[in-house]
Amino acid sequence: MARRTASREAQHDRLSSIPADQWIRMYRQMLTIRVFEEQVNELYTSAKMPGLAHLYIGEEAVAVGVCAALRRDDYITSTHRGHGHCLAKGAALDRMFAELLGKEAGYCRGKGGSMHIADPEAGNLGANAIVAGSTGIATGAALSAKMRKTDQVAVCFFGEGALGQGILYEVLNMASLWKLPVIYVCEDNLYNEYTPRTETTAGAMQARAEAFGIPAAEVDGQDVRAVHASALEAAKRARRGEGPTLIICHTYRFRGHHVGDVNRSYYRTKEEEQQWMAGRDPLQLLAQWLIGQKMATAGLFERFDQEIRAEVTGALEFALNAPYPDPSEVDQHVYA
Amino acid sequence: MSMPSAMPGALVGRGAAPATRELTMAQAIREALAEEMRRDPRVFIIGEDVAEAGTPFKVLSGLVDEFGRDRVIDTPISEAGFTGIGVGAAMTGMRPVVDIMFGDFIALVMDQVANQAAKVHYMSGGKLKVPMVVRTTMGATRRSAAQHSQSLHAWASHIPGLKVVLPSTPYDAKGLLKTAIRDDNPVVFFEDKLMYQLKGPVPEEEYTIPFGVADIKREGTDITIVATSSMVQVVLAAADALAGEGISVEVIDPRTTVPLDKETLIQSARKTTRTIVVDEGYERYGVTAEIASVIAEGAFYDLEAPVKRMGAMDVPIPFSPVLEDLTVPTAESVAAMARTLCGRG
Repeated sequence: MARRTASREAQHDRLSSIPADQWIRMYRQMLTIRVFEEQVNELYTSAKMPGLAHLYIGEEAVAVGVCAALRRDDYITSTHRGHGHCLAKGAALDRMFAELLGKEAGYCRGKGGSMHIADPEAGNLGANAIVAGSTGIATGAALSAKMRKTDQVAVCFFGEGALGQGILYEVLNMASLWKLPVIYVCEDNLYNEYTPRTETTAGAMQARAEAFGIPAAEVDGQDVRAVHASALEAAKRARRGEGPTLIICHTYRFRGHHVGDVNRSYYRTKEEEQQWMAGRDPLQLLAQWLIGQKMATAGLFERFDQEIRAEVTGALEFALNAPYPDPSEVDQHVYA
Repeated sequence: MSMPSAMPGALVGRGAAPATRELTMAQAIREALAEEMRRDPRVFIIGEDVAEAGTPFKVLSGLVDEFGRDRVIDTPISEAGFTGIGVGAAMTGMRPVVDIMFGDFIALVMDQVANQAAKVHYMSGGKLKVPMVVRTTMGATRRSAAQHSQSLHAWASHIPGLKVVLPSTPYDAKGLLKTAIRDDNPVVFFEDKLMYQLKGPVPEEEYTIPFGVADIKREGTDITIVATSSMVQVVLAAADALAGEGISVEVIDPRTTVPLDKETLIQSARKTTRTIVVDEGYERYGVTAEIASVIAEGAFYDLEAPVKRMGAMDVPIPFSPVLEDLTVPTAESVAAMARTLCGRG
């Protein structure tokens, strides 16, 4: 199976039919995730949030570019770094915050928390705190879609750390054998928690999929247009019954492994972080492109910033004031 | 245990058959699966060698002929992977029956069963469900050694969110499996490999058996022996022997460890005042410990003797028949314990 490293030209062809307002919508979604996550960090530092959270800041283009290629009834499974996936698939800010604060109004009635947000109405089968733990679930959702003869697609988001887990290879094999409508999206943010990927991952990442006869695309995960083009193609392929695709998105975690991971000098340099933040910010890259294409002006982005910050503040206000679950909830929903 | 050695035959014919037939446990299980697959197109089977091979125990023989390879799905040897696929399919509208050939392989699927399937409903605040059955086996004395002989149902019983079923007769196996398939929760269904050829009456007509209802396999007055799965036949044989000595044994099979019919166990213990709990899982931290504790708490003031436990010896199951036979309770060892407890030792 030939590697599919899409040329810029081929990508341009696929994207030229996409109207400006779709890119603008994606920009707003990325900004929403960015501002939400900044607020989550503040909740942690001000001790208003129980536990920890793993921020998606820097990786927004992956979730947004992929989810924009999906229908509402398509499935996703997410990871411990999952807030971006949930929001991009259609979750509401207020119920997201409520879940992070352990409130009854949260997506999981406060029983799941940051790492387990599920929103089945929007096709989100849940974030998963076991690395690669949801690879079976996404593949099973794809098998189910095929058996039920819908043309739904399942997307399995995972970090490059999941490349170390055996179950991933078991399900890649079965997805290829059975031509399942599933898209494996590997978010390569260069670090398995606190360990550089180069120390944990031998050989070429895409070769892992190719070994199973699954086409692998490698894209710039900071470029939402590139991610989106790749996801559109993979979704089309899946719906045509041609089977799974692996998309490897090269991206970067602007913050630590989790909100408390502040001292990072033992595994990466400040210079490296600065380079990514200054030159490879997915929001800036899309804004620059939109301005260059005369699809937007700088003023528009300022307006978005104000609007979205106000929305996020309102949602947070709701969650802070929302009640906790009643103690009687503790043994509810153990069994259906 | 001595079991007939004949291979299971084809599905017992319908039509002019009598209202109750004798079926083997394997036939009863196969019939339950076939009936549920006919009734509900969402039910499918997935696992290793389940289609034409019908599993090494031939429990599923013939199902692929009726339901096709799309609903009786042969997988690679990837237990964690296909169990995870079962979880995802169950969350999205299907009702998979996952086949884990040997109970020992439960170790390979524990993340998918214990961390995923068992927790999805709770973690999602009740929004997602996993109506999945994991069928697997248990039971030693088959000369299969340490990695193909364990009875690991205590592991599954420990995890909130799972239900655990241990049938001991063809009748129970069929009725409980149908209930398992219709249940909206993940159910782990343990079948004793050595009982697949055990025969028993199974009615022609439709029936199901509710979870959490113990069955009194034999009524008695002097001592209660609680037994699960493979140990039920062992204990019934012991009860026969003891009856000849004037000791009347009540044999109770909980049938499901989760949910557990505590009330029936406690009532029987209060009546007979003496209790032994026999189960083929490892004795240490096992099912016998949990049930003994339930009885000790619930029947304390009526007990004449401490509740005794008999499980598998806490050693890896050895290969040599001479050694392996020492590791599990037998009719003789159970009878000896009962005599001691009744002051006849």
